[in-house]
Amino acid sequence: MFERAGHSENTTAKPSPSELSLESRRSFLGGLLGLGSFLVGALLAVPLIRFALFPLLRRTTDLKESSVGALTDFSSLTEPVMRTIQIEQVDGWRKAVSEKAVYVTKDVAGQLRVLTSICPHLGCTVPWNKGKNQFVCPCHGATFAADGTRVSGPSLRGMDTLETSIQDGQLLVRFQYFRQLVSDKEVIG
Amino acid sequence: MHSTDKSEVGTLPQRDSGLWGWLNRRTGLDDLLRSALDEPIPGGARFAYIFGSGLLFIFLSQIITGIFLALYYVPSADHAHTTVAYITKAVTAGSFLRSLHAYGASAMVVVLFLHLSQTYIYGAYKGRRELLWLSGCVLFGLVLAMAFTGYLLPWDQRAYFATAVGTNAVSELPWIGESIKRLMRGGTEMGTLTISRFFVAHVFLIPAFIFALVASHIFLFRKAGAAGPVNEDPYHPKQKSELFYPRQVLMDLSLTALLITGLGLLCFFVPMQLGPPANPADAQYVPRPEWYYLPIFQWLKYWHGSAAIVGVLVIPTLLVLAILALPFLDKSVERRPWKRPAAMGAYVFVLFSLVGLGLRSQYLDRHDSGVAQQLAKQRAEEDEYARKPFEPELSSASLVAANVALADPLAAKGKTIFEGQSCNACHGDNGLGTAAAPPLVGIKAKFSPDQVAELFKHPTAKMNAGGMPPIDLPPDDLKALIAYVESLK
Repeated sequence: MFERAGHSENTTAKPSPSELSLESRRSFLGGLLGLGSFLVGALLAVPLIRFALFPLLRRTTDLKESSVGALTDFSSLTEPVMRTIQIEQVDGWRKAVSEKAVYVTKDVAGQLRVLTSICPHLGCTVPWNKGKNQFVCPCHGATFAADGTRVSGPSLRGMDTLETSIQDGQLLVRFQYFRQLVSDKEVIG
Repeated sequence: MHSTDKSEVGTLPQRDSGLWGWLNRRTGLDDLLRSALDEPIPGGARFAYIFGSGLLFIFLSQIITGIFLALYYVPSADHAHTTVAYITKAVTAGSFLRSLHAYGASAMVVVLFLHLSQTYIYGAYKGRRELLWLSGCVLFGLVLAMAFTGYLLPWDQRAYFATAVGTNAVSELPWIGESIKRLMRGGTEMGTLTISRFFVAHVFLIPAFIFALVASHIFLFRKAGAAGPVNEDPYHPKQKSELFYPRQVLMDLSLTALLITGLGLLCFFVPMQLGPPANPADAQYVPRPEWYYLPIFQWLKYWHGSAAIVGVLVIPTLLVLAILALPFLDKSVERRPWKRPAAMGAYVFVLFSLVGLGLRSQYLDRHDSGVAQQLAKQRAEEDEYARKPFEPELSSASLVAANVALADPLAAKGKTIFEGQSCNACHGDNGLGTAAAPPLVGIKAKFSPDQVAELFKHPTAKMNAGGMPPIDLPPDDLKALIAYVESLK
């Protein structure tokens, strides 16, 4: 081992041969320690990186499917019925719960279809007009058939259908918002 | 690499070729590294000297894990617990990192105590090392302050009540105690302002002081030089010295490796638990501080009433002053512990007192059946909470909060009309407002029901311009709608 006496900082500039071989040993050890520290550091960085990248690798914002009701409730459907669904929107560590009105109706083939009650024209809530057997928007008079297809008025498309699924005899729906004033249905969130 | 005939700092030829050489000519990094590694240690490298760099390593780990935890943590009484639960239960590696930070605090206290003990027993504070000792003492205090302020931040039952007791203890100080307590809490009671204060202290204030003092501590250490073994002269070292690198570096690294392995295994297999959220109304809760505060906690139990000033102020102040003044009082060059019976006696006395007080506190808790039962219940509640999956916090704009308004059946009817008439399309769900129209919340304060009815039937020009149509409804429905709109809060 290299040793020297006291605190003296003045030493010879020219190293002896034994110091040179010592230098190369110290270099080798230095390299080994550097490599070891790098590897341990890299290992310790793994949980840090996983922690920081969590929102990129997992879904931290999530819109859960909401239940519209039991399938049996809609077996003898003759006209659209309004149902209020609870929407749970998860955003990181918080969630917001809101209520939205949807219509359960049937398409031409007699399959259940869920429509959003938001008018594709300018976003008013569209009520079902029993007398006219049509959806009539109170704001600008757009009308839609019982299955949601466009009949007349300023709307450029029919009422928007929502994605549905069936689980344990329950009709589930994934609520979404769509761009207004366009002819093609386009999800905006 | 090759030798040079230039006069160099350090003892070995410098590498002045290649990238490293270029970097060194620009920055002097190589010189700096060499002067760091070429620290002479009188008497040679020893395992007794490893604790200082161990502390530096834990401090670094605390900084890094602390910064990462702040990615998700929110310092507010509303969100602190939820965000820590999110870190612990939802975020990948979150439980591990939080445990590393929390157990790191305990490891810090342990290694700090070993570092202090080594310095004391070796008489390494002697020989023009007064400022080195003082800066170390202040650092000890700052580390304990970090532990105290950090403990509250998760805002679970344990944290809340331990801090309530801790800040209460401060108020026992005569004259200024109550004011200090209120300053720490940001009011008379613990609340969201307390979290803000503790957070600022924990994350900005104390770390800044620690950085400054660690730098001074290391500077003063290098200025005075390593003290060496107990039979070395503290002023003029005479023994053959060995450089810090490589043997002492390897010894120091062995402690670091031990800390990494130990903490890593502990955090992985026994992660730090988060208890249920703080419930200030829980009158049953029996608060207990973290283990390193148990001796003080037990000590304070003995001092009440008129004698409190002795136990809370006089004795601790004398003890702290004696510790601070140590290098000024003890001027002898004698460093061998067996030749310093008074110093060693004092050390053993303080050590036994601390351990004894801590054990006494544990003993009393175990032998008071009421307390033991309650503590067991609290642990069971923590375990139960730990098993539950993460539940996101309900945001304030949610339905549940707004439903309060619907206790009135007329208002409830009004809500269906509000939605049926598409009022919510522009004024938002629960009248919270959107980009298209202003919120209706709090409208009651501005307009009476009659005024609202008038506005509904005959909107103003400004309302018309914004797209608000006149409302034509049967009188009963109009009344319900007005009742609902007036109920919006």
